[in-house]
Amino acid sequence: MNRYPLWKYITVAVALLIGFIYTLPNFFGEAPAVQVSSNRATLKVDVGTLPRVEQVLSQALVSMDGVFVEPNGIKVRLKDSETQLKAKDALEQALNPDPRNPDYVVALNLLTASPKWLTDMGALPMYLGLDLRGGVHFLLQVDMPGAVLKRLDSVGADLRTLLRDANVRHGGINRDGDRILINFRDAETLDKARAVLAKEMTDLQVVEQGAGSNLRLAATLRPEALVKLREYALKQNINTLHNRINELGVSEPVIAQQGADRIVVQLPGVQDTAKAKDILGRTATLEIRMVDDTPGALEGALAGQVPFGAELYNDRDGRPLLVKKQVVLTGERLTDAQPGFDGQTHEPAVHLTLDSAGARIFRDVTRESVGKRMAILLIEKGRGEVVTAPVIRAEIGGGRVQISGRMTTQEASDTALLLRAGSLAAPMEIVEERTVGPSLGAENIKKGFDSTLWGFVAIAVFMVIYYQIFGVISTLALAANLLFLVALLSMLQATLTLPGIAAIALTLGMAIDANVLINERIREELRNGMPPQAAISAGYDRAFDTILDSNITTLIAGLALLIFGSGPVRGFAMVHCLGILTSIFSAVVVSRSLVNLVYGRQKKLTQVSIGQVWKPENEQGK
Amino acid sequence: MELFRIKKDIPFMRHALVFNIISLVTFVLAVFFLATRGLNLSVEFTGGTLVEVNYEQPADLEKVRSALGNAGYTDFAVQNFGSARDVLIRIPLKLDTQEDEGAEKGIARQGEQVMAALDKDAAGASLRRVEFVGPQVGKELAENGALALLVVIVGIMVYLAFRFEWRFSVSAIIANLHDVIIILGFFAFFRWEFSLSVLAAVLAVLGYSVNESVVVFDRVRETFKKVRGMSTPQVLDHAITSTISRTVITHGSTQVMVLSMLIFGGETLYYFSLALTIGICFGIYSSVLVASPLVMWLGVSREQFVKPPKAKDPNVSEDGACV
Repeated sequence: MNRYPLWKYITVAVALLIGFIYTLPNFFGEAPAVQVSSNRATLKVDVGTLPRVEQVLSQALVSMDGVFVEPNGIKVRLKDSETQLKAKDALEQALNPDPRNPDYVVALNLLTASPKWLTDMGALPMYLGLDLRGGVHFLLQVDMPGAVLKRLDSVGADLRTLLRDANVRHGGINRDGDRILINFRDAETLDKARAVLAKEMTDLQVVEQGAGSNLRLAATLRPEALVKLREYALKQNINTLHNRINELGVSEPVIAQQGADRIVVQLPGVQDTAKAKDILGRTATLEIRMVDDTPGALEGALAGQVPFGAELYNDRDGRPLLVKKQVVLTGERLTDAQPGFDGQTHEPAVHLTLDSAGARIFRDVTRESVGKRMAILLIEKGRGEVVTAPVIRAEIGGGRVQISGRMTTQEASDTALLLRAGSLAAPMEIVEERTVGPSLGAENIKKGFDSTLWGFVAIAVFMVIYYQIFGVISTLALAANLLFLVALLSMLQATLTLPGIAAIALTLGMAIDANVLINERIREELRNGMPPQAAISAGYDRAFDTILDSNITTLIAGLALLIFGSGPVRGFAMVHCLGILTSIFSAVVVSRSLVNLVYGRQKKLTQVSIGQVWKPENEQGK
Repeated sequence: MELFRIKKDIPFMRHALVFNIISLVTFVLAVFFLATRGLNLSVEFTGGTLVEVNYEQPADLEKVRSALGNAGYTDFAVQNFGSARDVLIRIPLKLDTQEDEGAEKGIARQGEQVMAALDKDAAGASLRRVEFVGPQVGKELAENGALALLVVIVGIMVYLAFRFEWRFSVSAIIANLHDVIIILGFFAFFRWEFSLSVLAAVLAVLGYSVNESVVVFDRVRETFKKVRGMSTPQVLDHAITSTISRTVITHGSTQVMVLSMLIFGGETLYYFSLALTIGICFGIYSSVLVASPLVMWLGVSREQFVKPPKAKDPNVSEDGACV
């Protein structure tokens, strides 16, 4: 009765094998590595960059341990941290000839030291959280109300232009909270304005108010428009953060949306929080200025004689350009930038949208300067760079600007990204910060590991003494549970934190409960005089209901924590829940198959080694 | 080896009243301390800044305090953390200063300011950890924590009611909530820091010690079904006695693990494992000796398991005995 069909043994064996393979990478530890990634949207680091990297390293007499091309750059694995630094310096010098204007990000990183065949199978070590590896964690709150108000202000300005162009005489436009109020003297103009609004401003939702000669329209943003605005603001802020963080040379930054209006930024290994905060909080500005194309002026400027009222800048290809100091427009007037195609020539193009004030200025400037060039500059950290410098072909009104000519689709989308990413759509504020030093991280790992190890040893010793062979089996099942749990965490690449390690320990402590239940039940059946084989079978069967019940209640608590918890608690809950699932399998199926292997084949089993089964004296005589 | 050599069922139910009075007294005390002293909530809930620094030599706390005082901080706490060389500085959220600083670049910079102040007047500190939590986030964490507790309670009640009987689910929840309150009472009495991880421990204990009641109730149900002619208290006694060895061994194993965390886990896991320890100890007591009498007084009886319940009057149990 205590035999498993072959397929069950095979299932258990395969599960253990898979568990073992995926746990394996965690034992190899990590090797130092250097990561090369692009600092520019226009520059791609891919297989094409590989020969150059290899050449640089062989020239610097650095021996590589392995090269990996990944979507986010090239990683070079090295023997030790000394060669790592050497490799970094060599790459830095060779790839970034101008350190003030780096093309590539060369960052120190760690790579798994496990053999290639493991990595090829997708078996990676567990992903360590910031509290274990050190680094900075920020939670940024995007000021959405601020973004909405900013948008409403620009809508108000647009409305003024729109109504003036349509010859509708209104009695003033102003913003009141989240509404825009437009006053009118008579119902006729109001209706006319309403018709114009319905046609041109589809994002607005308009309500009539007032009576007599004191009429007004109250316009609010439609809910869809609000949602779009929020999404846009968040997306743009994340883009901007990406660009800025690239400068920090962080190997694996995490920048992700959390909730409706928050952004999580995690920078593993970064210790200089002041610099990180500087970069996150910096405001880059976009400026549109005219190019000084006076013949000979550029040559003179290059020779050191910059004309009065002009400045020398480089464009993205490093060509010098003389730009007037007077600013035509700033990035605040730019509401959107999208890649697209020219309507007539079907060339790739970038479409810019300006707000109404910007549109008016732009129209005036372009009217006066047809045939001249204007420059779009991105100014960051006081250092400016010309993103693009197109020629003005005609007067441009309406606030819709198109930049086209000699661009690939890729370049168009990169330029659009740059223009958008230049500044934050809405201000942000740090609402949560966690910084963990590297020494603390290493200590945390050791502490977590020690607690789990000694707890496990103590439980194992007790189980073996108390239940003998069954205790050994229970301990093996518990070890299998640990194996499955670590393998699962590695497979899912879930982030392991110190609370996560605590959850592993706690889950093991709780998981032994199932085996205790089973063993106690078997003893009880033996005490009641059941033959051993029947007692084993009955013990497992009867204990199963209880095991299920008790695990489900624990799981309810774990799930609630997973849903409502945040940060460290989430890591705890995740591991806890997974641990409950693996423990049911290992305590019931794995331990049963071991018991079956040991005892199942013996037909006339008279005794099982489950420790002393004590019977009350009055029954012992029978 | 057999630790529990029990000849007859131990008459736990005879002393039910005593156990319930003990529980009631501890419970009232816990509530009293919670009400008068309150919980010492960590920065995660209150908002504020926490800076942990490490000195090469044993740190001079007075110097650290004066350094912070010189830098213009007034309301802060400085204490050793784990060892004499580690110092923990807590600065509560002050809305006015927060805005002044925020006005600079919209970013809180207290961590750096504290380090700058220490460099000036109490040099030699190296930064170990900074935690900053804004007021809004803190409030949300507290709300979500309360919500999680509520969901766990309702979830477990519904599950037990579905699996057993409403009497079981009500008494299990009362027994285990009483554990939670007692853990909180301990934290209030000793002014231990109540952080997010302690909350996680409390919820984990809640789910875990309900197990205990489940195991006992499982036995109660089984005994009611199998054995005739036993009174309700006898059935309960039998159920508890036959599961007591398992109860003690399981809890012992879990406690060994928790103890290991308490010893090796360092300061970060200290209160987490402390909460677990209290939870486990009271868990044994309450789920066995509080939940069972409650079930009895709620009027559990044989009919509820054997046949579809006809007489729903909870006062009529098998033999009417309830002492």
